[in-house]
Amino acid sequence: MTESLLKTPLHALHLELGARMVPFAGYDMPVQYPLGVLKEHQHTRAQAGLFDVSHMGQILLEGEAAAEALETLVPVDIIDLPTGMQRYALFTNENGGILDDLMVANLGDCLYLVVNAACKTQDLAHLEQYIGDRCQVNPQFERGLLALQGPSAVNVLTRLAPEVAEMTFMQVRRINVLGYPCIVSRSGYTGEDGFEISVPAEGAEKLARALLAEPDVQPIGLGARDSLRLEAGLCLYWHDMDTGTTPVEASLVWAVSRVRREGNGRAGGFPGAERIFTQQREGVARQRVGLLVQERVPVREGAELVDAQGAVIGRVTSGGFGPSLGAPVAMGYVDSAYAALDTSLFAMVRNKPVAVKVARMPFVPQRYYRG
Amino acid sequence: MVMRFTEEHEWLRLEADGIVTVGITDYAQDALGDLVFVQLPELRAYAAGEEVAVLESVKAASNIAMPISGEILEINEALSDAPEKVNQAPLGAGWFFRMRPADPEALGTLLSENDYATFIKA
Repeated sequence: MTESLLKTPLHALHLELGARMVPFAGYDMPVQYPLGVLKEHQHTRAQAGLFDVSHMGQILLEGEAAAEALETLVPVDIIDLPTGMQRYALFTNENGGILDDLMVANLGDCLYLVVNAACKTQDLAHLEQYIGDRCQVNPQFERGLLALQGPSAVNVLTRLAPEVAEMTFMQVRRINVLGYPCIVSRSGYTGEDGFEISVPAEGAEKLARALLAEPDVQPIGLGARDSLRLEAGLCLYWHDMDTGTTPVEASLVWAVSRVRREGNGRAGGFPGAERIFTQQREGVARQRVGLLVQERVPVREGAELVDAQGAVIGRVTSGGFGPSLGAPVAMGYVDSAYAALDTSLFAMVRNKPVAVKVARMPFVPQRYYRG
Repeated sequence: MVMRFTEEHEWLRLEADGIVTVGITDYAQDALGDLVFVQLPELRAYAAGEEVAVLESVKAASNIAMPISGEILEINEALSDAPEKVNQAPLGAGWFFRMRPADPEALGTLLSENDYATFIKA
């Protein structure tokens, strides 16, 4: 069954650690280790968790015009992204819909992109088609990518690479770790302080073993990765956003850089700008909100959201139990009339209404290190 | 103490008073992963195959069907606040409900412990 699935450089290590493997975005990936999803989640928030995210797409954009070129595809300030900094971005289409979300870092001599695993082939084609003539698009899909997340992450990684202690949230550096040329960013997908470490494939297992040898570190699977990002209020592509949702509808207007907004210095110039500006001016019919579930039953993706009269006014796009919150949490899209904080709604679970309340995200406090 | 099993990974234990206790097997709890919510049945009669409980793990929801027809006499209320008991002690504190079979012979039609062990290896 796993014959046709791709393997990350850590595949053998996952099996050795007793992981339960599942197909994800074409890869055979660990969904959980013997510790189990709940404890893996809690361990990450209490100490440090190590995630294999090598399935994600790493791409370098090289050449003088790379930043200017990338700006034609994302509503984000790339030209003035300082060297050594990373920024969240979105590829938009002609309708302002979201093709993918990604991280963009300025490494000084090139831009370093991390895109979603399930989108990486199409993202690469997109980059080559639209800006391939203005910069070199250099996929690094064979590289390993490890995420070390949690309050102990900095102490753990400092033992291998002392200079990471000086980094703050969203900073990026090229650092040799165990002799391998790595790209280290102080960011992640859990709401915790932590790092993502891009490592050549041949060094991935050695680095993972060195990190796992630290007493504070446990391996964490995709199950806890999902519950951690959900509690942190972070979107999952294909679920909480897709080509049918714009950044405005997805409540990601904060990701549209000021300078790229209507009336400002480099306004527009990315696909779908007109539609996004119109939505910003006139509002949207529906938008993404956080939902706190008032009962113990988990409310999952696909559940309809109804008002007190039972009229369908939205749909849950991600949901599950939040182990750190000790309660179920969800996010979804609702008609804008129902998007105000504390609005009482119901989610239909097995044909029964479950009380939910529109809530601020993240559901648990972010603990990024801002220096 | 007679124990029987179903292909849906439930266990049934015939107690001394003729009442049958029902839960899920260790194999099932391990496959489901950490449970975060258990919805238990009402105290009434159910036919075999009727949905009587819902288990929600961190990953997904699963249904539990009535293994044999009968009347549910008691449910394990402790699971409402502590669904993790099912993971910790599936054959002990993690039991689901106690029932009186409509047909006391029905238990004998289910899998023996050996049959179940063979079934999960297949």
